[in-house]
Parts: sequence; structure tokens; C-alpha cells
Amino acid sequence: MKITFGTDYGCCFVELGKTRVMAQVSCELVAPKESRPNEGIMFFNIELSPMASPTFEQGRQSELSVKLNRQLERCLRNSKCIDTESLCVVSGEKVWQIRVDVHMLNHDGNLMDAASIAAITALCHFRRPDVGIQGDEVTVYSPEERDPIPLSIYHMPISVSFSFFQQGTYLLVDPCEREERVMDGLLMIAMNKHREICSIQSSGGIMLLKEQVMRCSKIASVKVSEITELISKALENDKKARKAGGRCGFAESMPQERITALKMDETPVEMTEVTDRANDIVQKAEAPSQTVPSPVVPVPGVGQVGQGLQNTWGLEEEDEEEENDNSGEDEEVKETKMEVEQHDKEGSKQEDVVEISDSEEEEVVILHPETPDKAPKHTGPSFHQKGAAASKKKQKK
Amino acid sequence: MEVCGSSNVSLREFGCEQSLLSRPDGSASFVQGDTSVLAGVYGPAEVKVSKEIYDRATLEVLIQPKVGLPSVRERSQEQCVRETCEASLLLTLHPRSSLTLVLQVLHDDGSLLSCFLNAACMALMDAGLPMSCLFCGVTCAIDADGQIITDPTAAQEKESRALMTFAIDSKECRVMMSSTKGSFSVHELQQCIAVSQKASEKIFQFYRDSVKRRYSKTL
Repeated sequence: MKITFGTDYGCCFVELGKTRVMAQVSCELVAPKESRPNEGIMFFNIELSPMASPTFEQGRQSELSVKLNRQLERCLRNSKCIDTESLCVVSGEKVWQIRVDVHMLNHDGNLMDAASIAAITALCHFRRPDVGIQGDEVTVYSPEERDPIPLSIYHMPISVSFSFFQQGTYLLVDPCEREERVMDGLLMIAMNKHREICSIQSSGGIMLLKEQVMRCSKIASVKVSEITELISKALENDKKARKAGGRCGFAESMPQERITALKMDETPVEMTEVTDRANDIVQKAEAPSQTVPSPVVPVPGVGQVGQGLQNTWGLEEEDEEEENDNSGEDEEVKETKMEVEQHDKEGSKQEDVVEISDSEEEEVVILHPETPDKAPKHTGPSFHQKGAAASKKKQKK
Repeated sequence: MEVCGSSNVSLREFGCEQSLLSRPDGSASFVQGDTSVLAGVYGPAEVKVSKEIYDRATLEVLIQPKVGLPSVRERSQEQCVRETCEASLLLTLHPRSSLTLVLQVLHDDGSLLSCFLNAACMALMDAGLPMSCLFCGVTCAIDADGQIITDPTAAQEKESRALMTFAIDSKECRVMMSSTKGSFSVHELQQCIAVSQKASEKIFQFYRDSVKRRYSKTL
């Protein structure tokens, strides 16, 4: 099992075999619940990311996700491991809401244990901003002004899972994914290092004898004390590293000696030819604008369409051009064509202002033609959405 | 407004690890300075009938933020990444299949979209999906003085006047996708594109080095 921490406080990565989990704790000032005006709020969320397993779908609340969420809530909230009264700032008005997001990165079994270890370690690692109260005013100090304070945690409940096979004959601690698929039943015991049981859950429909449950709880207490040791050591190391001023985070904990990993130092980028190249491109771009006959460009920045009817062909084409431009520019030539056609549109807009105001577009802003750069960006989106409809309507007119 | 061309721009230190997750077909983690992203690819796999396309594979990109549920910002980033991938993957080789690319933010310290693109490319390479070209992402910021900064940190992004991300292909260093925020002139845009093309050479060299290291017999 490996525990590492991220760059900011409250971020923790846990690797339990091949199962990988990340937890992030964040906090926010909110109004408290009506029934408990002087207690803070804890919110837990376990995300079964589609990365963890091909069976996890985004947005679907599967049974597994509901089960894990409920178990984590019971384990951490009902055991009162965090002092919620210390999270109160102004009773009845402002309390801290602590939000724990646990993301599953790789599912190789026993998500519950990994999630509980990650959640409690992240909570121990987290520092909330300091708050000052002067009469009615509440000031929240940023981490630079005043050191953030850790949460007050009474004890660390950690869950240990057991899987049973053949009606209780065989017992496995910490099952991996393949073992989970063929097991008969699962027993989850959440304990802290003081040998207090915080939560027990038995699922799968197997009948367990009293001795089996006692045996499991003994194994669990041994495991929990080992895991708590490991967590405290990891927190210590991290505290030392941060005090020494070194960089901490996922970037640092990347293994170097592996053949699948590589790191490169800061590299400068040569800028010598850049201005020349850019100038070349811009000049080349401006040249072709005179060869296009349809819109007359007497002065760069002012476009004028010939007298009489507006050029609907030009409008249709440029809708497509704009769509292309929104999604990707290939060459600079296209960009200039866009600019030229923008002038065309500007010209036509100046003529038929009255017609446009009847159209169903929400806001039509007549932009000053001297800003060709801003024009595509602004009118782009509104045309992109109603491009087809608008052009059809204009044709009818 | 002319941008000073003699400033020293540099890319932060970057690192990559491939095949770090056991379940996805391809996975990679990409780190740029402090910004780190984890990418996982599944595919080609079975596709839902409602999403299948008769002559090509359906690519789905999912971006998971660190805190909270995915919102509109993630959706627009997904679209940028998806369009770049669709342009470089040979989707017609796997009709009626699905490719799923999941990106998880591990830490955001600026240049997030380009980190997504780089991680996506390495994960697709790790999964062995056929591509017509590799792509990389480069972010440029123009700060208040008009200097171009590549690979900005979150603090630099906040102070910048304009922020642009380009996806650049490996064959001819052309721009595959651009996503910009803020105001800038045509000259500045072209200069940023030229700078990104220069920077992309470094990133492609890094891709080559990591793949060479992986398939070499000695470290």
C-alpha cells in the first residue's frame, strides 16, 4: 500500500495493490442546517470514474456507487470522527462545509477500503483557512496572510473488507477484483486504532457464525493499527518535506527509474525567427485581399458590397467559413478569406440594418468595421448557432 | 501592438508516465510543472446502438474535475480535445466501435487544456490506437506588457491579457485546434502560433524520447 500527497493541502493518493484512488478535500462557508445551527457540514462524494473500469458509466448512479457512498458516510460521519462544532464560525449563520471528493482511478478490487483510507488521510492532511471574527464581521484570511489550521479529528476509522467463499469456509482479507467477482459474501468492518468498531456491514447473504465475526474483528484490529502507522508516517514525511520547502505533489512522486516514465527539465524555446516569421505571414496574408473582386475594399477595414442587393452567396459561404474557423484553423489563407468576407458582412450589415432587426436573433450588434479581429469572435457564435436558419431567412428576404 | 520578440520563453519541466493503470487499455499521466493530468483510454470496444456511426469509431471524451461535478467548462474543454483527437485518429479503421478517453485533473496550475491534449496523445499512443499524426498542446499567454509567455502558471494566467491554446500536429506543425480567451491583434496571434510551433518541436522530441526509452532494452 502506498500513500502520497498532492501539491495542495487535502489531496491524497492511495494505491492498494493495483487499486488507485484519489481524494480531495475542500471547504466553503455556508449557512448551517436548520436543525443543527452550530455544527459544520460534512459532505462525501465518491465518484466512480469511467477510467477505473469499463463498466462504470459517467453520470449513472449505479448500485455500487450508492453502496460505497452510504458506507463511507456511515463510517466517517456517524462515527463522529471529526469535531463538527469546531467548524462553526457564526452560530446559525456561517459554518464551514467540508467536502470530500473521492475519485476512483483504477478498480482492482476493494474500493471501499481504499476510499476510506484516502478520505481519512485527506481529512488529516487538510488545512482550512483561518477566520477572524470582529463583532459582526467575519474575515477569512488567505493562506499567505495566516497559516491555515488543520481540522480537529478525534480518531481515524478505517475499513477492512473480508470476502467469504464456500459458505464461510474460506476467508480472504482485501479481495482483489477477480476474487470479488466470485465471492459468496462480503463483510466490512470499520475500526479505529483504539479497537473501537465504527461500523459493520455484511452483504451477499451469507450466514456468519459468531466466532467468524470475532476472528474477523481481531484480524481487522491488527490491520487497522498497521494502516494507521503507515498513515501517520506518511503525514509526518509530508510535513517534513513541506517545512523544508521542497516541492511536493504528484509531480514529485512520479517514479524515475521506471522504463515507462520520463522527465525533462525546463527548456527554453528559441524565439529568434519568430517575429520575422510572424511578420512574413501577416504580410502575405494581407496581399491576396485585393484579388478578390466581389467585396470592394477601398481601405483596409472598410468593406463595401456593390450597390443594390446584398450578396447572399457571400453570407452562406462565410457561415461555413466561420464554422470551420471556430473548430480549427488550417492555414492562414483561410483566415484572410475570413477577414475579407467579414468586411463583406460588415458592409451588408450597414445597408440592411432594418431587415436584421426583424430577424429572430437575440442580439445583433453592429460592430464598427475597423475592428476586423473582434468581429469574427463576436458574431461568430451567434451565427454558428443559428447559421442555417438565419441564412435561409435572409434568402427569403 | 508589437510583441517583444527577444524575451526568453521556456516550457516548464514536464514528465510523463505510461501504462500506470491496469484496467484501461492505455493510460498516461502528464505533468507540466505542477499541473498534472491522468488519462485513460478504453477502446476499441462495443458501442451503444444509439451512439454508433456506421463507418467510423465513436470517440467520447470525459473530463473529470477535481472538486465537484463536471460543468459547462469541462464540456467545452472536452469538445476541444475531442475534435483534435478525431482529426488525428484513424477512426475509419474501427467502424461501429467506441473509444472512450477519460481525463482526470490531478492538479491545476495553469496550461490545463494543453496538459489534457498532451496526456491524451500519450494515452492514445499507449493504447496502440492508429493515428495519422501525433499532436501536442501548447498554451501561450500575453501579459499586460505585451510579452509572450509559454506554458503559463495559474498566477501568470490570471494576470494575462490574452490566453491561447493551440493543438499542433507532428507531421507539418500545423494548427489543429485553437482556443483563445481575451483580446489580441492579428500580429500577436501569428507570433503566438509561431512560438507554439517552435515549442511543439520540443514536446515531440520528448514524446520520441519517452517511447524510445520504453522500447529500449536498457534504461
